[in-house]
Amino acid sequence: MVDAPTWFANDSVVAGGPQTGVTYVEAIRAALEDELADDERVVILGEDIGHMGGAFRATDGLHARFGDARVIDTPMAESAMVGAAIGLAISGFRPIVELQFADFISVCYDQLVTEAAKLHYRFGLAVPIVVRAPSGGDVGAGPFHSQNPEGTFAHVPGLKVVCPGTVQDAYDLLRASVHDANPVVFFEHKALYRSLRGDLERRVPSGPLGAAAIVRPGSDVTVVSYGAMLRRCVEAADELTTDGLDVEVLDLRTVFPTDHAAIAESVSRTGRLVVVHEDTLSSGIGAEIAARMASDHFDELDAPIRRVTAPDTPVPFAKPLEDAFIPSVERISNAIKETAAW
Amino acid sequence: MVTPRQELLESSFRWMVTARTMEERVRSVFKQGRLRGRCVSGRGQEAIPVGTALALEAGDVIAPLHRDLGAHLVRGTTPLTVFRHYLGRASGPSRGRDADLHMGEWSRGVFPMVSHLPDSWPVMTGVALGFKLRGEPNVAVAFCGDGATSTGQWHEAVNFAAVNEMPLVFIVENNQFAYSTPTTTQYRCDRITDRAAGYGIPGVSIDGNDVEAVHATVGKAVLAAREGAGPTMIEAVTMRMEGHAFHDDAGYVPDGLMAEWSQRDPIDHCERLLLGLGWDDDRVATLRAEIHAEVKAAWAEAEAEPLPDASDLEHGVYAA
Repeated sequence: MVDAPTWFANDSVVAGGPQTGVTYVEAIRAALEDELADDERVVILGEDIGHMGGAFRATDGLHARFGDARVIDTPMAESAMVGAAIGLAISGFRPIVELQFADFISVCYDQLVTEAAKLHYRFGLAVPIVVRAPSGGDVGAGPFHSQNPEGTFAHVPGLKVVCPGTVQDAYDLLRASVHDANPVVFFEHKALYRSLRGDLERRVPSGPLGAAAIVRPGSDVTVVSYGAMLRRCVEAADELTTDGLDVEVLDLRTVFPTDHAAIAESVSRTGRLVVVHEDTLSSGIGAEIAARMASDHFDELDAPIRRVTAPDTPVPFAKPLEDAFIPSVERISNAIKETAAW
Repeated sequence: MVTPRQELLESSFRWMVTARTMEERVRSVFKQGRLRGRCVSGRGQEAIPVGTALALEAGDVIAPLHRDLGAHLVRGTTPLTVFRHYLGRASGPSRGRDADLHMGEWSRGVFPMVSHLPDSWPVMTGVALGFKLRGEPNVAVAFCGDGATSTGQWHEAVNFAAVNEMPLVFIVENNQFAYSTPTTTQYRCDRITDRAAGYGIPGVSIDGNDVEAVHATVGKAVLAAREGAGPTMIEAVTMRMEGHAFHDDAGYVPDGLMAEWSQRDPIDHCERLLLGLGWDDDRVATLRAEIHAEVKAAWAEAEAEPLPDASDLEHGVYAA
């Protein structure tokens, strides 16, 4: 049972029953709050997450309710934070680490990849940690506060990579990540934090991580995406109805391990595939999906697989550059049209 | 009547001799080409892991290194388990996934090491924080060598533990060389523990080849941590008496240094103390023979066991 969160007085999220107009960051905060309330093993570690409530206010009010022993401010030391989370996890806790920006994951790569990802394979030692990482651009934050490192971590056996693209998923997938017995890197797209609103039902997650979802059914072309690109894909699909195209949009939700079966099922009906992500092109998630489909389902494809991604560059600052970097609705729409017309 | 001192020296001697005998066994089969991979030796450093582990209680946690075989033995890991691991056997603690002394039985409070040092230090801050959050009177102990003190993670872990007054004891095994790199290339201060004041914690440098000194110093630090006084940094000064691993002839070590340190061997030192306490040469010889037979039998048993089947390759990447 969740107590009434009085510090949410100015927010739209309250406990009990579905809420409307809830922002993505409020859904994150609600999931954190409900996990802290439901499971005493859950602790949160991070920089400025206590009294300040975090750089994006994702933990606002949680320290006041749960105290120093549950919401733990750390020094500016990401390796120490992730390493400590691993130590807590193997001691029976369910730690959640907040990285201030996903970009800073580069300085704790070692703890994630060397320690967390391999302990179960090596010694059967489960490491149930969640590393929350605000990722993505479209906010004018430049090369070091805008990156999309999910593809890097989707290459690491032993890690799970989750990228929610809806308000309900921000909540459900975060809770499912905390319940998962493995290390999960949870990329929250910062451009969605306050721009994406939706309905939220605060509920115990009903299923494990790993399942993709069809967010817009269609029969002509399958578009696979996740995170902030999802709404651009849906927008492009909606626009293309005027061209007579019936586009299906599949949300990966868990980027790795990837739900290749769901992609194959959709493509078996449409025969055409476009993969869209904000992460860069080469050796990315789209490359893996395209390779799998080409290798295992070649005879079901009626057109070449197309990828719409950021180019192989760092994330630039100036608006015309960043706008050109991030896949636009127009680029997505053009790729779908080309695939449909092939 | 066995005094606590005699008990400590007798236990220490048994575990130090067992560790060295096991490593000699590993060396001989490695040279015969019967062992895959690489092997490292903790010869000359046995007093540090043994003296430390003997200062701990059952609920404490220790994160030893590849030269700290004695710590595993004191915690109850058997020579058979260690050899199964060395040999990559399916029956071993990692089922053939990891090698040499990259192991640890977590059920015994031993955290398995990785090659990247001191990666276990941030992890031990979490273990220690867990003890503190739960109000449990346990302590974590983390090992590293002189080389690892140059890394950023070393600083992050010590600082984080200090700020949060964690029940954590940091032990730097200063064995003079990180592979071929001497300490003069590694750091500028006289003693590594000179840095402790910068973190606001106590630091003690000791003779790492004196098992009594190790046990007493670690015991004091563990007691302080248990009582809420926070972490201590201990530098145990010793010498790596072999190359980095068996392939390395350590030709870069200055002439005379090995000879000098061989006069300070921790097992010889312990043996002399036991002889002074009434042991005789026969008792020493009998114990050594027992250990030798036990080690030989354990190796033979492990070597006869099967390797993992290739069908096991993809199992266990994820926890259910």
